[in-house]
Amino acid sequence: MTKVTLEVNGKKVSKEVPDHTLLSVFLRDNLNLTGTHVGCDTSQCGACVVHVNGKSIKSCSTLAADIDGSKVTTIEGLAKNGKLHPMQEAFKKTHGLQCGFCTPGMVMSAVDLLQTKKNPSEQEIREWLEGNICRCTGYQNIVAAVKEASTKM
Amino acid sequence: MKTFNYHTPKDVKEASKLASTSSAFLAGGMTTIPSLKLGLATYKDVIDIKSIKKLSGIKVSGKSVTIGATTKHAEVAASKDVQKAIPALTKLAGNIGDAQVRNRGTIGGSISNNDPSACYPSACMALNAVIHTNSRKIPAAKFFTGMFETALKKGELVEAVEFEVPEKADYQKHPNPASRYAIIGVFVAKHKKEVNVAVTGAKSSVYIDKDLSKKLTSSFSSSAIEGMKLDHSEMNSDMHASSEYRANLVSLYAKKAVEAC
Repeated sequence: MTKVTLEVNGKKVSKEVPDHTLLSVFLRDNLNLTGTHVGCDTSQCGACVVHVNGKSIKSCSTLAADIDGSKVTTIEGLAKNGKLHPMQEAFKKTHGLQCGFCTPGMVMSAVDLLQTKKNPSEQEIREWLEGNICRCTGYQNIVAAVKEASTKM
Repeated sequence: MKTFNYHTPKDVKEASKLASTSSAFLAGGMTTIPSLKLGLATYKDVIDIKSIKKLSGIKVSGKSVTIGATTKHAEVAASKDVQKAIPALTKLAGNIGDAQVRNRGTIGGSISNNDPSACYPSACMALNAVIHTNSRKIPAAKFFTGMFETALKKGELVEAVEFEVPEKADYQKHPNPASRYAIIGVFVAKHKKEVNVAVTGAKSSVYIDKDLSKKLTSSFSSSAIEGMKLDHSEMNSDMHASSEYRANLVSLYAKKAVEAC
């Protein structure tokens, strides 16, 4: 067992968990933050993407103990005072989702892109989202959402 | 996932001491953790080396670029110093996996794992890299010994990789559309006296294609290797590409790399 202390969406949390606990499991099972999804077993789908110290990472391939002391932002931490984040707003406006399973990872990944690149081209958006797999939208509206958000962020 | 004990040693000596026949060093974990999840690997001890400060960082001198073992792909891709010295290396690092893999994955992890389709081993071979471990310096040609196998001994840890700065170089990869691993990848480096063409993804482990290297050493131009047929008898054949197709891709991508130099 190991003690993991994190700041998750601005709140300090501390839990005693088995050493092999994945960050995705820590978030979903220990903190009940089920917005972070797990869509595969092979670390390829990107539904579990969260920010650790501001950078997007796959929470299903990171040990909670490994990031002890870090700041984590999940999809639940994006909206402020009941107001959607501009990226969430853009996904809603452009219909950038159908079933919505991949959406938390898409949004978190896209927010990271816009943090480092203000006005990415369509090609840059598509390349950045290579690690986020969607099986229903065909990606067109997801790319449109990120484009739309880039004018608001 | 099976349970294990997680360790965070403060220095290389302590990390090495913790190593056993049932342990793994953990850096970015982009292969180790998926392998543990799928039950492809089980360890009693997982030894996280990321808090050992001296293992991270980039040093560029006139003749060499040295990258610390736990330096992330995203850091190499964004390094202005590496970009100036060996732009092919920043290009390679910036195309490994996806953005989230590059935010965690490390050069030391990539070469220690020696996946037959990994990108970095080809750069090591073509750029006459020397692998610095906690006990010795190993030339790349002797480091990669086979599929997922290296010359590393129990408790031996990669500390840094030292690349020779070439006159020109380029890396061309044909990625698997899902995993972004190389179906084949070709790293061409023109040094003062020789040209090295290193190939990943095509065989059980990275290798130097002697025929392509020889032709390009005598004449560094794409016409020198235009349409060159390569022996495919030892090449991989799978659902993504037959050995004949891989051989054709290697020849074609070597040409593309020379043209991009």
